[in-house]
Amino acid sequence: MPILTVRDLHVRVAGKPVLQGVDLELEPGQVHALMGPNGSGKSTLALALAGHPAYEVTRGQVFLDGQDLLGSPPHERARAGLLLAFQYPPEVEGVRLREFLRLACSVRGQKFCDFQKAFPQALTRLNMEEFRDRELNLGFSGGEKKRAELMQLYMLRPKVALLDEPDSGVDVDALRLIAEVIAEMAETGTAVLVITHYPRVFTHVPPARVFVLWQGKIVEQGGSELAWKIGELGFEVVRK
Amino acid sequence: MRVSAARLSRDFVEELSWEKNEPAWMRAHRLRCLEIFEKLPMPRFGPDLSELDLGDLTYYARPVEPVRRWEDLPEEIRRTFQALGLPEAEQKVLAGLGAQVDSEEVYRSLLANLRAKGVIFTSMEQAVREFPWVQEYFMKIIPPEDNKFAALHGAVWSGGTFVWIPEGVEVEIPLQAYYRMQTEGVGQFEHTLIIAEAGSSVHYIEGCSAPRYSQMSLHSGMVEIYAKEEARVRFTTIQNWAKNVYNLNNKRAWAYAGARVDWVSGSLGSRVTMLYPTTVLLGKGASTENLSFTFAQEGMWLDTGARAIHRAPETTSRLVSRSVVQGRAKSVFRGTVHVAPEARGAKAHVECSTLLLSPEARTETIPVLNAENDEVELGHEATVGRVSQEHLFYLMSRGLDESQALSLIVNGFVSPILKEIPLEYAVELRRLLEMSFERAVA
Repeated sequence: MPILTVRDLHVRVAGKPVLQGVDLELEPGQVHALMGPNGSGKSTLALALAGHPAYEVTRGQVFLDGQDLLGSPPHERARAGLLLAFQYPPEVEGVRLREFLRLACSVRGQKFCDFQKAFPQALTRLNMEEFRDRELNLGFSGGEKKRAELMQLYMLRPKVALLDEPDSGVDVDALRLIAEVIAEMAETGTAVLVITHYPRVFTHVPPARVFVLWQGKIVEQGGSELAWKIGELGFEVVRK
Repeated sequence: MRVSAARLSRDFVEELSWEKNEPAWMRAHRLRCLEIFEKLPMPRFGPDLSELDLGDLTYYARPVEPVRRWEDLPEEIRRTFQALGLPEAEQKVLAGLGAQVDSEEVYRSLLANLRAKGVIFTSMEQAVREFPWVQEYFMKIIPPEDNKFAALHGAVWSGGTFVWIPEGVEVEIPLQAYYRMQTEGVGQFEHTLIIAEAGSSVHYIEGCSAPRYSQMSLHSGMVEIYAKEEARVRFTTIQNWAKNVYNLNNKRAWAYAGARVDWVSGSLGSRVTMLYPTTVLLGKGASTENLSFTFAQEGMWLDTGARAIHRAPETTSRLVSRSVVQGRAKSVFRGTVHVAPEARGAKAHVECSTLLLSPEARTETIPVLNAENDEVELGHEATVGRVSQEHLFYLMSRGLDESQALSLIVNGFVSPILKEIPLEYAVELRRLLEMSFERAVA
C-alpha cells in the first residue's frame, strides 16, 4: 500500500502552469528518486506537496496515508507526517536551531519525537554537534544547510520525507553520510523521495523506484538502472 | 498623611511638601519647578498629547498603607504583586526590592549584607529628609528648565528610590523597584536617584503596570544616575502600562572617567510613551550601551530613543533598538549621538530595526549624528521589514502553526535585546509577546 499517492496533479506558479498531471506513488520504507532537468518542475512538486501558498493546485488529488492532503495548511501536512527538506532553506536570524526543533518535536507528539533524546542523537548522526546552539541556518555553508535539513527530518521521523537536492554542493564524505542517513530513514519505515539531477548519491543508496519528470509530467519510471542510464546518457534518453 | 485637594496648584504643592516634612530647599525647588512648568510649552515634537488633560489628574493618591510584610497588604494589591511574582523574586533573585502604589511606597527590603557594606536603598523622601547632601544631586542632571514634564515632575514628585553604592562595592544581584498605578485618573511621579561611587557597580530594575481604566492617567517619572570613575550601572525597565496611560519620562546619566552606564528598556504598554534615556559621557574612556525594545500594539504610539553625548576623549556609545509594530500603531526611534570638539577618539554606533506585523503599522527612525571633531568613528544602520513569508512557510512546514511560527520569528528578531534582560523578565516578556500574537493571528 503506498503511503503517498499523487494523482493528476496540476500546479500553477504565478499564473503559469508548471505541473501538468503528475502521478506518483511512494511506498513506506523505500527510497524513491525524482529526476529531471532544470525547470522540469521537481521543486514545484515538493513545495506544492508541502503546501507553499504560492503554488496553486488547479487539479488533482494527494493522499497521505489515505487522507486528503490538499485542503490542509502546511503545518497540518507536517503534523500528518509529510516533511520537506528544502533545497534552499532560509536563514532565520535570532531563532535557535535547538529552540525551533524543540517546538517542531513537541507538535509531532512524544510518541514520534522525544526531544531530549532525539535532538542530540540526530546532531551526532549528522556530525553536527557544534551546531546545537546556532541560529537557524545562519551563516551555514551550502553543504551544512543540506546536512542540517536532513538532520531535522531524521530527528522528526516523518512518514514521507521529500528531500529537494540533498546532494548538491556537498563534498564526497558528506555525500556518503547523507546517503547512509537516507538509507537508515527508509529502514525505519519512512518513504523517502530524493529529488536530484545526478545519480551520484544513489551509488550509496540505490532507489527502489525512479521517476523522471519532464515538462511537468512523469515521462518515465523504472528501477535504479534508470538512474544510471540518465547519469550516463543524460535526460535525452527518456525524451522519446 | 493625606493631601487634601490633589489637583495641580501652588497650594497643593506646598501642602505636599509640608506633609512630606521636607527641608526648605526642597519646598523652594518644588515651587520654582511649578513656575517653570507654567511657562514652558508642551513638547513640540512626537505624539499627540492633546487628550492628556493635566487639569483633570489626581496628583496624589495613597490607597495603600506601607507594610513590613507582603501578607499585610490589602488582598487585591497583594494578589497583584503575587501574580507579578514579586515576593518570589525578592526571595530568589534580588538584593533589594521596593514597591510603590500610586504616590507612595508600600514595601521595601534590602539584604542585610548590603546594608552592612553601607549600601543605601531607601525611599526618595527619606533620603531628602535625612541626607542634606542629596540637594547637590537632585535634578542637577535634568534641571526643570529641560522640558515641561521635567518641571512638572520637579513640582509634584512623590515616591521613588534613592540608591547610594559606596566606593568599590559591587552589588552582584539586582535591586528592583516596582510601580503600580491603582487609582483611576492618577498621576505617578516617582523620582529615582542612583549614585554609584568610584569603582562600584549596581544593576537596577524597574517594572511597572496598571489596571486599565477609561480615564487617562499619567506616569512621569525621572531617573538620574551618577556613575563615578570606573563605576558600572545598568538600568533595566520593563514597562507594561495599561493603554490609558501616558508615559512621559526623563532618564539621564552622567558617566565619569572609565565609567559605564547601560540602559535596557522594554516598552510593551501605555497609550503614548516618550522615553529617551540619555548618557552624558563626561570622563575619558566612559562608555554607554542603550538597548531598547518596543512592542507597539493597536492604538499605541511609542516614541522612544536613546541619546549619547560624548564630552570626553575615547568615549564609546552603542545605541540599539528593535521595534515590533502590530495593528494601527506607531513606533518612532530617535537615536541621537553628539560628539563635542574635545571628545577625540570617540566611537558611536546606532542601529535600529523595525518589524511591521500589519499593513497599518507605522514606523519612523530619526537618527541624529553630529560630530564636532574629525577623530571619531560613527556608524549607523536602520532597517524596516515585514515578516518574510518564506521564513513563515519554512517554520510551518516543520509543523509549527502560524502563531507559533510568528512568535518564534518575532522573538528571534528581538533576541539581541531580550538576551540582555534578566531571565525572569525575559520569560515574562516572551509570555506577553506570545499572548499578543495569539490574539493577532486568531
